[in-house]
Amino acid sequence: MRHTIAVLVENEFGVLSRVVGLFSGRGFNIDSLTVAPTNDESLSRISLVTHGDEQIIEQITKQLNKLIDVIKVIDFESENAIEREMVMVKVSAEDESRAEVLRIADIFRAKVIDVTPKSYTLEATGTPAKVSAMVELLRPLGLKELVSTGPVVIGRGSKGWKG
Amino acid sequence: MKMNGARILLECLKKEGIDTIFGYPGGTVINLYDELFSFKEIRHILPRHEQAGVHAADGYARATGKVGVAIATSGPGATNTITGIATAYMDSIPMVIITGQVPTALIGNDAFQEADIIGITRPCTKHNFLVKDVKDLALIMKKAFYIARTGRPGPVLVDLPKDVQMAQTVFHYPETVEIRGYKPTVEGHPKQVEKAVSMILAAKKPVIYVGGGVILANAAPELAELAQRLGIPVTTTLMGLGSFPETDPLSLGLLGMHGTYYANMAVSHCDVLIAVAARFDDRVTGKIASFAPHAKIVHIDVDPTSIKKNVRVDLPIVGDVREVLLRMLKVTETPDTTRDISPWLAEIQAWKTKHPMSYQQTGTIIKPQYVIQRLRALSDPDAIVATDVGQHQMWTAQFFGFTSPRTLLSSGGLGTMGYGLPAAMGAQAGFPDRQVIAICGDGGFQMNLQELATIVQNRLNVKICILNNNFLGMVRQWQELFFDKRYSSTCMELPIDFIKLAEAFGATGLQATKVDEVDEVIKKGFATPGPVLMEFKIAREEKVLPMVPAGASLTEMVLAS
Repeated sequence: MRHTIAVLVENEFGVLSRVVGLFSGRGFNIDSLTVAPTNDESLSRISLVTHGDEQIIEQITKQLNKLIDVIKVIDFESENAIEREMVMVKVSAEDESRAEVLRIADIFRAKVIDVTPKSYTLEATGTPAKVSAMVELLRPLGLKELVSTGPVVIGRGSKGWKG
Repeated sequence: MKMNGARILLECLKKEGIDTIFGYPGGTVINLYDELFSFKEIRHILPRHEQAGVHAADGYARATGKVGVAIATSGPGATNTITGIATAYMDSIPMVIITGQVPTALIGNDAFQEADIIGITRPCTKHNFLVKDVKDLALIMKKAFYIARTGRPGPVLVDLPKDVQMAQTVFHYPETVEIRGYKPTVEGHPKQVEKAVSMILAAKKPVIYVGGGVILANAAPELAELAQRLGIPVTTTLMGLGSFPETDPLSLGLLGMHGTYYANMAVSHCDVLIAVAARFDDRVTGKIASFAPHAKIVHIDVDPTSIKKNVRVDLPIVGDVREVLLRMLKVTETPDTTRDISPWLAEIQAWKTKHPMSYQQTGTIIKPQYVIQRLRALSDPDAIVATDVGQHQMWTAQFFGFTSPRTLLSSGGLGTMGYGLPAAMGAQAGFPDRQVIAICGDGGFQMNLQELATIVQNRLNVKICILNNNFLGMVRQWQELFFDKRYSSTCMELPIDFIKLAEAFGATGLQATKVDEVDEVIKKGFATPGPVLMEFKIAREEKVLPMVPAGASLTEMVLAS
């Protein structure tokens, strides 16, 4: 089962390696991970996607909480959270495929951020499902390069989530 | 008043009530040692290897209940501490390890004697700190001690660059400390405690399973009171030995791989298992699927990650075990006279009668179990025993008969050979007037025998008992049972003259080769002032039994014939 977990940590050196080391040391999976400081500069927020059965996810959240530099852990369930990721993708675009790339970009509200006679580079933001649907449509046209942020996640509703 | 970082560190130790430390000097702690030279409030013991220094601090911590402190220099000094730190981490021992580091400007430059000890120890410490500014030092030390001794205790490493030791600032030690990401749960949830008590009182076949956390939390008296009040049998892990007196009729002794027949049968047939500060290690559970198959499990632990890590738990209680046990005692103050578990106790008694712990001492060849029993009989009642790892460790666990907490020091989780001698040394430093016995195999002893020098030099009068079978006995036992007696690299071959070895260091050496010499050697060893090494030439192929083969269920025991 896929889980998106947000981890609020001290914004200090070495904290990320504690988190990542915990996953590798205990054989947990990280499918994606993204990290940046928050509005409170003393805090960083990690959004990570992992998978495992209920017992493994429980261990992951408990083990994360056990780290001294971890302040809060939330295992978001899909219904009460908003997930977004951004991709930048470089696609071959020559002759008749040039128009097709732009049509796909238009459907997914992706932006063209670079163009050459042989390629387009697109930027797209959305749910992981939307982004991956776009990538799958572009793939047969010749995907040259793809870079993704991995999902970030925020809870729905008016309540803010701070340290 | 301004002082340098080195002095501040020592002042912090003093504020924490530390009077004994174990450490080894070197280039990046030379400033610290210079301050130590005139700092009379702290006794510094110089081991002959940093690993032994950390084990000594660990033995000191286990025996006294205080935080153990060790110092090493950067690079190889720091990397030598790893086994000691990992040993303490696995057994949740409160320690603060201070390592020197190259000057901050050189960090990352592959400087002489530089090692990324923060990176290296990240997975084997509870937490670690690199001090980059002398102004942060006092607060970091306060945090280090707070983290080491609270919650589930553990080792904390502080990496202190040379320039930070030299830099000056005003010393101010904070009275309290607040770490927003670290808030250990102390009190167990009252509702959960009540539910647990009802479950326990309704049980027809309850068993209490105790781990080392009871000793760490100083909760042995509360545990004994609860068990005795409710008349519930108690089995302990290796780490839990001493938390409940083995002389009590309710004691089932050790459980697990080398546990007693009756403890393993009781756990396999109980209807409620009360796990108190134990963590369901594979050496305890055997095959998980068939562990306590009929039992509802109550699990009390200060560390939430221990709960449901290996086994299903029906009723978890997170909290300091002493607090939880005190609450349980309160809830069970009025006795329930209708409750009767005597058929269960009779069933257990039948198992005890059917297969008691036994061995055969026939002929003149010394059986190791006999030595352990004689050591108990002839030692002081409050003697502290440190072991190495292997057969002698299990024989000690099975046959010594521990009755009080903090009298057995043994590497349970990591299983570190070479632990026994330095740990005994640390315990002796903590209790100069108590009898401290290091029980070692010939293999483990040779891993840290250089500490004979430390022991003699510092008048740490450890009584060392070597059960010598000239084998790496536990591995040999596995080879005998599971590898068709192919004794690959387990025979030590070279016979060592341990008496001469002891004498070379200025200690006394004694030897027993026949069973009728055992008492004589032990009596003489205990009566001789100063450190004594007693060697017992034991039956070479004696096995530790009962034994549950790895991966088998607890009922599938190989028993002593």
